[in-house]
Amino acid sequence: MAVAHPTDVDTARVAGISDSLRRRRDVRGSLFKAAMALSLVISLGILAVLLFIVITDGWTVLSTRLGSFLTGTLRPDAMDAGISQGLKGTFYLCLIVAFVAFPLGIAAAIYLEEYAPSNRLTSFIQLNIRNLAGVPSVVYGILGLAIFVNEFDLLDGKFGIGAITGGRTPLAGGLTLSALVLPVVIITSQEAIRAVPSALREAGFGVGATKWEVIKDHILPYASPGILTGTLLSLARAAGEAAPLLLVGTITGFLSNSPGWFDVTQVQDKFTAMPTLIATWVTQPEEEFKIDNASAAIVILILFVILLNSAAIILRNRFEAKRSG
Amino acid sequence: MNIEQNLTSELGESLESAEEGDMRITEAAEAAGSSTMASDGVADAAAEENPTVLAMRDLSVYYGSFRAVRDVNMDVRDNEITAMIGPSGCGKSTVLRSINRMNDLIPTARVEGDLRFHGVDLYDPKVDPVEVRRRIGMVFQKPNPFPKSIYDNITYGPKIAGTPKSEFDAIVEKSLKRAALWDEVKDRLSESALGMSGGQQQRLCIARAIATSPDVLLMDEPCSALDPIATGMIEDLMQEIKTRYTIVIVTHNMQQAARVSDRTAFFTAEVDGANDRRTGLLVEYDKTEKIFSNPADQRTENYVTGRFG
Amino acid sequence: MAVTNWEISDLQGSKRRKARETRVRLVVFMAALASIVISVLIIGSLIFEAYNFITSVDLARLWDRGWFPRRDRFDLRTLIVATLWVTVIAMLVAAPLGMAAAIFLSEYASPGARKILKPVLEVLAGIPSVVLGFFALRFINPTLVRSWLEDANSSGNMIAAGIGVGILTIPLVASISEDALSAVPNALREASAGIGARKLTTTVSIVLPAAISGLVAAFIIATSRAIGETMVVFIAGGAADSALFAANPADQGLTMTAAMASVAAGTDEVAGSGNAFSALFFVGTILFFVTLLLNVIADRVVRRYRLEY
Ligand SMILES: Nc1ncnc2c1ncn2[C@@H]1O[C@H](COP(=O)(O)OP(=O)(O)OP(=O)(O)O)[C@@H](O)[C@H]1O
Ligand SMILES: [Mg+2]
Repeated sequence: MAVAHPTDVDTARVAGISDSLRRRRDVRGSLFKAAMALSLVISLGILAVLLFIVITDGWTVLSTRLGSFLTGTLRPDAMDAGISQGLKGTFYLCLIVAFVAFPLGIAAAIYLEEYAPSNRLTSFIQLNIRNLAGVPSVVYGILGLAIFVNEFDLLDGKFGIGAITGGRTPLAGGLTLSALVLPVVIITSQEAIRAVPSALREAGFGVGATKWEVIKDHILPYASPGILTGTLLSLARAAGEAAPLLLVGTITGFLSNSPGWFDVTQVQDKFTAMPTLIATWVTQPEEEFKIDNASAAIVILILFVILLNSAAIILRNRFEAKRSG
Repeated sequence: MNIEQNLTSELGESLESAEEGDMRITEAAEAAGSSTMASDGVADAAAEENPTVLAMRDLSVYYGSFRAVRDVNMDVRDNEITAMIGPSGCGKSTVLRSINRMNDLIPTARVEGDLRFHGVDLYDPKVDPVEVRRRIGMVFQKPNPFPKSIYDNITYGPKIAGTPKSEFDAIVEKSLKRAALWDEVKDRLSESALGMSGGQQQRLCIARAIATSPDVLLMDEPCSALDPIATGMIEDLMQEIKTRYTIVIVTHNMQQAARVSDRTAFFTAEVDGANDRRTGLLVEYDKTEKIFSNPADQRTENYVTGRFG
Repeated sequence: MAVTNWEISDLQGSKRRKARETRVRLVVFMAALASIVISVLIIGSLIFEAYNFITSVDLARLWDRGWFPRRDRFDLRTLIVATLWVTVIAMLVAAPLGMAAAIFLSEYASPGARKILKPVLEVLAGIPSVVLGFFALRFINPTLVRSWLEDANSSGNMIAAGIGVGILTIPLVASISEDALSAVPNALREASAGIGARKLTTTVSIVLPAAISGLVAAFIIATSRAIGETMVVFIAGGAADSALFAANPADQGLTMTAAMASVAAGTDEVAGSGNAFSALFFVGTILFFVTLLLNVIADRVVRRYRLEY
């Protein structure tokens, strides 16, 4: 970015005329710049403190009993309680989001960018998606509770949705989170599709490809890094959301059943997830729960979420650099 | 990118292919000679003209309510190169893109009048634009190969049209040979097309268009992004393949039109009563020699002699 | 090559491919409609149960001191005041820090620094809110809040929760503001520098005013996010599933969102009967429409700044 720096201009203008004029320091300017820089440092600093605290608080558990912590279950005794059910719950929630929200969101983005005529319905759908993106996550919990969990009177159980999800289950939670991240998946996919150069589209149509062939063979491959970025970001979001899951009814007390990792029947069973498990522990009275165990669980959740986010952002920046370079 | 180096390597390649392609060149010369003879003959007896492939009658194209070009009447004849020239914005691309229904992709675009391809109304509701584009191939201003291998670029059209895989090798060889690219790339068919020079990319795009065995090739300023040497190669190539295809080319380069084409259509844009936007129209359409040596319309003469603004 | 007239069937294309096009279009259209179905389901379930609540509860209870849903006391003032406090405190933290960080990134940081700092900020935007809740309870409240407000509630209060929510929204404010600032054309900066203005003057009197609608949008969107944030207040607000009316932000407080989560999390049986359950939907309805209003306003404002450039 080549913004002419004011001092350069000054220098050019007064060169050789007045040294004192040129040398004058811009005190207010420097103070302002320092204040802006300080704000950024504070913002990043707070988050560094946060990371430091959870790591030091969680260190006892992570260093002495990491194995039993990862494989243990929700138990009343803090010393051998573990997060395996939370990990499994979050794993299944992410899986459901990947199977439901990703295809649905990408398909919707394809429709809006490639097929939709510019009419009232289309702009209504667009507006609706933007608004859905701003709906608080706890409100999605209401959706999950009313529609996916309860056989809601309004629907009179006609569609048997409650029967399918089996009540307060990972399936209900996963569908809720799918609805929650759907707008994000759609919007980021739309942006990625919009960035595909029209020359590529024309090349495809020019050799006699149908619209779908152009989309599947040229547009989606070209847009895939951008789409992947959006899906990774929304996966991270789904993994970290607690509020809607509380409403859907994750177990916040103690959970005895502990199915195997790949026992798919658990999607229709009682469950908990990492964020709700953390919320539960943080609000327990015992220090071992609310500090040691909670921090250790937080470290693991943050690790997962930051990994996903970093992958997404690195991917996007690579992609953008390649485009503009 | 180092332009100089690029130029010399292009030159080297063209020399190489010239060496081995002696026969082809003589053939082309003969073909050119015979076509001149044929057109001399036509001057005497109009009945000798090649059959019409594309017939436009009172063709107008709109973008929304804006009439971009109006009342075009022209016949494009088999195995000829038809050039479209005219100032910027007079609707050359618009007409070209309505021939293979690329304009269908612009939601506001609309065609009025009659446009027939081998006698079939191209805008008949029963006609499938996808099939039209397979029969009427297109080469664009900027080379736009797919970000895939050279091989896959060529086989893409046949693949989606349902051609069996077993024929792909033959199609690739035939198309690349016709596009005068085979010798340059036959050893790196699996490499990405994006690694080629601009001129090679454009010839690849021609090969890609040929691969679906079209009847007509539309070219919208195919050389405007290329250096003179690459341009020369494409022009030679057009002369060679016109025995098999009917070619319509839009160009801003009048020497190019004069060099390569058999017929030339001169378009211009004029203010169209109703609103003050300029609407394109076909001023004159005739044998290229006639357009450049003895045009019937003053506007054409002004343009071809460079007296146009 | 003899050119005969073709039949329309020559250009009709493959039935199978056309059928597939129709199917795909239908499928993706349904997917786009899914977003509308979700909205309808959200609004439907909210309003249906909220209506049940309004009709079955003694309306005087909605303005009765304290929020004790299980004892049929639903004082909205308690929730509204807590929500206002938390939101105001959050914005006092997030707006200056976020916008200043954005100004530094967009106007001062070297391209290299920005290339590292921006992604870091974006990664941090993904930190789950339960983590911020823990941080607010464990660090912000004892170390910051209670060191200068000794009688602030030690099990959590609105100030600690507000600061936590504020930290959570800093990256959001910074990123939207940065977008707005970098959308200001460089020509404006250059023009200002060209007449000898200092960087500070250029930033404050040229760039910020030019980006003002984007900055306002950032503020509104962040406010809406702060109002809707649940877990930080649930964990660090100090109130369990019920709260007395408190006007002092150093006291425990229950925002609308935290009240909803508490009703649900109070027992493992969410679907409990009675008014506590429908209160959840009633509060959810208010929350939904308040945030919707803010988002619509922000959307309008953003549109305006898109139009400007
Ligand atoms: N997609 C479009 N929507 C609206 N108007 C268009 C569109 N494409 C072209 N036009 C208008 O139609 C007219 C003809 O454009 P066209 O591109 O066909 O001209 P052209 O003769 O090919 O010009 P050039 O020599 O610059 O390529 C112009 O006025 C142009 O602005
Ligand atoms: Mg053109």
